[in-house]
Amino acid sequence: MTADTPVPFIRLDGVRKEYQTRGETFLAVSDVTLDIQEGALVSLVGPSGCGKTTVLKILAGLHAADGGKVEIGGEAGAYDTARDTGMVFQQALLLKWRRILDNVLLPAEILGLPRRAARERARDLLNMVGLDGCEDKYPYELSGGMQQRAAIARALIHDPRLILMDEPFGALDALTREKMNLELLRIWSESRKTIVLVTHSIQEAVFLATHCAVLTAGPARMAASFPIDLPSPRTLDMKTHEAFGDYTRRIYRLLGMD
Amino acid sequence: MIAFLRRHWLAILSHVALIAVWWLFVALGDVPKYIMPSPVETIASLGQANYDWVNNTLVTGAEVFGGYALGVVVGVGLALIFSWSATLNAAFMPLLVSLNMIPKVALGPLFIVWFSYGIGSNILIVFSLCFLPILLTTARGLKEVEPELIDLVRALRGSRWQIFTKIQLPGALPYVFAGMKVGAILAVAGAIVGEFIASDRGLGYLMLQVQVTLDTAAMFMSVLLITLVGVVLYALVLWLERSLIVQDARVR
Ligand SMILES: Nc1ncnc2c1ncn2[C@@H]1O[C@H](COP(=O)(O)OP(=O)(O)O)[C@@H](O)[C@H]1O
Ligand SMILES: [Mg+2]
Repeated sequence: MTADTPVPFIRLDGVRKEYQTRGETFLAVSDVTLDIQEGALVSLVGPSGCGKTTVLKILAGLHAADGGKVEIGGEAGAYDTARDTGMVFQQALLLKWRRILDNVLLPAEILGLPRRAARERARDLLNMVGLDGCEDKYPYELSGGMQQRAAIARALIHDPRLILMDEPFGALDALTREKMNLELLRIWSESRKTIVLVTHSIQEAVFLATHCAVLTAGPARMAASFPIDLPSPRTLDMKTHEAFGDYTRRIYRLLGMD
Repeated sequence: MIAFLRRHWLAILSHVALIAVWWLFVALGDVPKYIMPSPVETIASLGQANYDWVNNTLVTGAEVFGGYALGVVVGVGLALIFSWSATLNAAFMPLLVSLNMIPKVALGPLFIVWFSYGIGSNILIVFSLCFLPILLTTARGLKEVEPELIDLVRALRGSRWQIFTKIQLPGALPYVFAGMKVGAILAVAGAIVGEFIASDRGLGYLMLQVQVTLDTAAMFMSVLLITLVGVVLYALVLWLERSLIVQDARVR
């Protein structure tokens, strides 16, 4: 990095995390170093169990790192993890007893945001994720893909600066998944959030991201971290481009799967 | 009403058929009345004012509902406390599971020694029978929360109380009701056993009285009324469940 690059939005420097289980120390993440610029969509790939979820939990403030530095906020500073982070998981994890609108409102309630404004914003977000008309439905009335859209709207309700997604499309069928990829790109470009996305799909890691971070088998270290220089906006036919293939091959090689 | 009939006609039919079979069996088989009375004879026994049907039913009903209400409050309450304190949970949950192995009806005679017989000790027997299943299922429901959902709330710096009221408790309600349904059936059995052991009122007491005179019709009627008390309680629980829980979130 040259001296004139701006302070990154997220700076992970030699991050290390140990879990204590029954008196034993288990090293889950050994040395993760990664800079993320504001507005980037960073994909995080690595073998199963290598510590990807752990890294997200550190970013979400759920765990403190046991070593290294975690700095979030960049030049704007004053980053409040609670207000400025949204989370999406593999399962939509909607509350079965709440209507979709009330599910989306959950973070707003927990943060104690003004009700009226939050409801209005929830409606707008449901429109944005393509769920207009589903406000009063219950989760069971929605398909898996629609539930995940609602979960994305829920992650956006408190207008966070950073969205953490942990294999968000891993439970969807292949077709729905492709569709949701395009939706995510649209939502990302409309909302201009920084997104860190853990995925097992190397195609997804290349297609969606502006930057890709590859972790080694656990305890995680950096295998590589590089920008994905594909034209934006991304289109499905890019998947057949040579550059796309080069990126996927590179990741396969880094994961030792070539 | 018409809609109700149309929807449940098969169930209604099977109930009516059972009564018809009972009737035919008694009539065609020439079964003596002291072995098995006909449905009409059973109903007719209500005419015997000295059996004090209304009061005896009310007494049994009070025992069932009183003990059951106590069981729900204590069962759900303890489950909440255990879900808050890992220490209390580790100390007392295994103990309660052990205590659950005690055949509660065997405690009946003890309760009567301690508290003498009457509505009070029968309420205690009912309570001791039905509070543990409610406690155990509620405790399980409170534990059965997706850890990621807790992460989501904690990442927003949500309080324990928020996790509890917004996620845990509504999520546990289907379990609470599953326990309450089991408890409802035990509650009725508990009241009758209590009255069998020692009492001077109630439908169980009445059954023992009429048994001596071989008034089988009145015994049948007592069983029907006991069942009615149970049906009312069960229907109340179902109604409450239906009004509190979204259709799909129910444990079936
Ligand atoms: N709370 C925990 N306590 C102990 N070990 C854990 C805990 N969470 C995760 N681990 C372990 O840490 C390692 C990394 O986990 P995780 O970050 O979930 O991996 P990934 O998301 O990459 O599959 C795994 O070996 C996992 O078993
Ligand atoms: Mg994971």
